[in-house]
Amino acid sequence: MAGFAPGALVRVKDDWPETRGPVHIRTPHYLRGMRGKVVRRFGDYPNPEDLAFARPAAQRALYHVAFDQPSVWQEGKAGDQLLVEIYEHWLEPA
Amino acid sequence: MEKDVPRAHHDLGGVSKFMCEPVDVEPHALTDFDKEVDGLRAVLGSKRVMTVDELRRGIEAIPEAEYHRLSYYRRWIRSITDNLLVKGVITEAELRAALDRV
Repeated sequence: MAGFAPGALVRVKDDWPETRGPVHIRTPHYLRGMRGKVVRRFGDYPNPEDLAFARPAAQRALYHVAFDQPSVWQEGKAGDQLLVEIYEHWLEPA
Repeated sequence: MEKDVPRAHHDLGGVSKFMCEPVDVEPHALTDFDKEVDGLRAVLGSKRVMTVDELRRGIEAIPEAEYHRLSYYRRWIRSITDNLLVKGVITEAELRAALDRV
């Protein structure tokens, strides 16, 4: 994967691995399919989705992604943001 | 919000039925049981027997009704026990024998 620069517009994949068997997912359900903006890249970490099953885990980039809070929660003031840590394989260009 | 989505039962963010009670943010004392479970987890981690990721996965696999009934550290010990059984570190017979002695 090419990676995302700070400021890149991204969409969280609207994917539900929960429906396909036992999984460990760090991407909250309420963000699936939502658009956000990359704030920073923390670095690369072993994929926890594999670590959770004691499988060999590839390195994955972890990002801070900002989301417009009112459109996620239907509450809060204009300009309020949610800041969430999301792994790169959950993001696609938006 | 509250979209009708196939979320996992532990994935509670923004789920309205959990927003009815105010969150108790006051610090509270840990019991001896809590500390013992925490210590056990730390030893299993440092000895590379199981990772915190496996701990979390085991917690998330607890059936929903039991998950909500168990305290924070009881979820931990349930996950640790399940992980150690699956890995063969302990056997079910050993677990039963140990529980009989309590």
